[in-house]
Amino acid sequence: MAFQLKPETVEKIDRMIARYPQKRSALMMVLHEIQEEKRVISNEAIEWVAARLELQPINVLEVVTFFPSYRQKPIGKVWVRVCRTLSCALMGGYKTGEILEKELGCKMGHTSDDGSVTLEYAECLAACGTGPVALVDEDLFENLTPDKLGPVIAEIKKRAAGGTPTPTKN
Amino acid sequence: MPVTETRLLLKHADDPAYGIDLASYEKVGGYEMLKKAVGLKPEDIRTEIKNSGLRGRGGAGFPCGVKWDLVDRKSGKPIYLIVNCDESEPGTFKDRQLVHKDPHQLIEGVMISAFANNVALAFIYIREEMPKGAKILNQAIEEARAKGYVGANICGSSYSCDIIVHRGAGAYICGEETGLIESMEGKRAYPRIKPPFFPAVLGLYQCPTIVNNVETLCNVPHILRMGAAEYCKIGRNNNTGTRIWCVSGQVQRPGYYEVAGITFGQLLNDICGGPLPGRKFKAIVPGGGSSKILRYDEKFKGKKPDGTPHEFTFDEIPLDFDGIASAGSMSGSGAVIVMDDSVDIMEALANLVAFYAHESCGQCTPCREGSLWAKKMTHRMCGGEARERDLTTLYDMAGNIGGRTVCPMGFSTTWPVQSYIDKFRPEIEAKTRENRLGMSRDARLIEK
Repeated sequence: MAFQLKPETVEKIDRMIARYPQKRSALMMVLHEIQEEKRVISNEAIEWVAARLELQPINVLEVVTFFPSYRQKPIGKVWVRVCRTLSCALMGGYKTGEILEKELGCKMGHTSDDGSVTLEYAECLAACGTGPVALVDEDLFENLTPDKLGPVIAEIKKRAAGGTPTPTKN
Repeated sequence: MPVTETRLLLKHADDPAYGIDLASYEKVGGYEMLKKAVGLKPEDIRTEIKNSGLRGRGGAGFPCGVKWDLVDRKSGKPIYLIVNCDESEPGTFKDRQLVHKDPHQLIEGVMISAFANNVALAFIYIREEMPKGAKILNQAIEEARAKGYVGANICGSSYSCDIIVHRGAGAYICGEETGLIESMEGKRAYPRIKPPFFPAVLGLYQCPTIVNNVETLCNVPHILRMGAAEYCKIGRNNNTGTRIWCVSGQVQRPGYYEVAGITFGQLLNDICGGPLPGRKFKAIVPGGGSSKILRYDEKFKGKKPDGTPHEFTFDEIPLDFDGIASAGSMSGSGAVIVMDDSVDIMEALANLVAFYAHESCGQCTPCREGSLWAKKMTHRMCGGEARERDLTTLYDMAGNIGGRTVCPMGFSTTWPVQSYIDKFRPEIEAKTRENRLGMSRDARLIEK
């Protein structure tokens, strides 16, 4: 089947492309839009983007493979990134990661078998003063010391089961 | 007298009654300086910024006014302004506060700077891991556009300029300005070689481009409001204005603190409350993960203004660009990572080396291969499998990365490796000789 996006996503993408002085500059933003809808950047998506931006597919592929945020394997329904860099590690970030692995039944760096959760270590998330921190989709959870993981685990499980995300302040 | 913060940029940020909406910002005098600016001559604003002594808050501390002076204004090509909000240096979280808590202050700073440099299009490059920040900025820009602060005919003048929020995708190297520019052109973020590709001359689309840090530009409206002379009274000579320090790690009260004219000891002991109960400070990373580490018990040698040599302690280091430089390191992005006596220093080094190995863009061989090799060596040195020559090899090899690559990121492996070994050699030697496992008391610092 041909690659298809929601009409509103296509509209958003076209508006975005029009704002840049050169079409190619919109590449990263277009990829973000596609990944948000599809949870993955497939080969078909790469070809679609290339055509849209008047590029060769290789121009798109080399950007997709360069940046850690773009994924060629589908991301789970909930994307959990736990910071592992020094400030968070000093406050117990690795322990937090281990507990999340156990509680969510998902190995670090993998997506759970049912596709509900992707759990990963991430490099510095720029919230070092309140470490350990984790990014759950768009929401930052702070001060995640091993004894304070209850709420974040509950929230991840809720989202994985299809519940509406609880609004957070960040 | 108790040591207090000097809040200029963060003055309203943590006020519960202060919102991120335009009305809140206007209520405290927001956009008044933009209105004033469009009635001035662009070169007069540039002179004012130059006279204020404002130095770049992103890492290198390069004077902002000089950076603007270097812009090629005779090429006839459009000039672009890019705000570097790709905050990724380990330990840094100041731009996050400025964007999430006072987005209009940044937008006003961007618009004044854009006007001062005849910029027709500005970009804010924000890292992917701050999705809410991007949304906040977009919303704020739309609000400002509706009021004529962004877009066509700003504040009723003939000047027009738009802002595009561009999201990164998780690559540290995009904090390097030419890497950032490449990625904005839709390419891999491989930094460009300088010369000839100085952004001020050949930047985005080979046009003159200014890349400034978020905190730097947030200072601009305040300089205009106070006047350069008054602004210079904050802080020390050549280190004017406030700085936001991000303190993280093992200290009583980690957080972000905007201060001026204090010492390192005052920041860590008075403002941050000192070490955790029963602990002692051991080592401090003063300016982000890539800066050279300092020992807390170290004695530094320097010269007084009159030229007489003197010794000073860590606590006495003036907390600014020149102060930290005089102690042999750098203030970088203002990120202070504190480690106490529970930390195994070798493990801390291995943690940071893993970061820089992950983030090397791979363009230059010394950095690509060297950072990964350093990661392998430091990890086996923590894992009880050190080889006899590892320490020497690691030290020598790291010295062959920095300065032998296209961008300065090579030093991000060189500086931590060499400074950790220089400052803590006996501890590291004993550990590798006895092949002890990594053992920071509180927490493990590297992956198993």
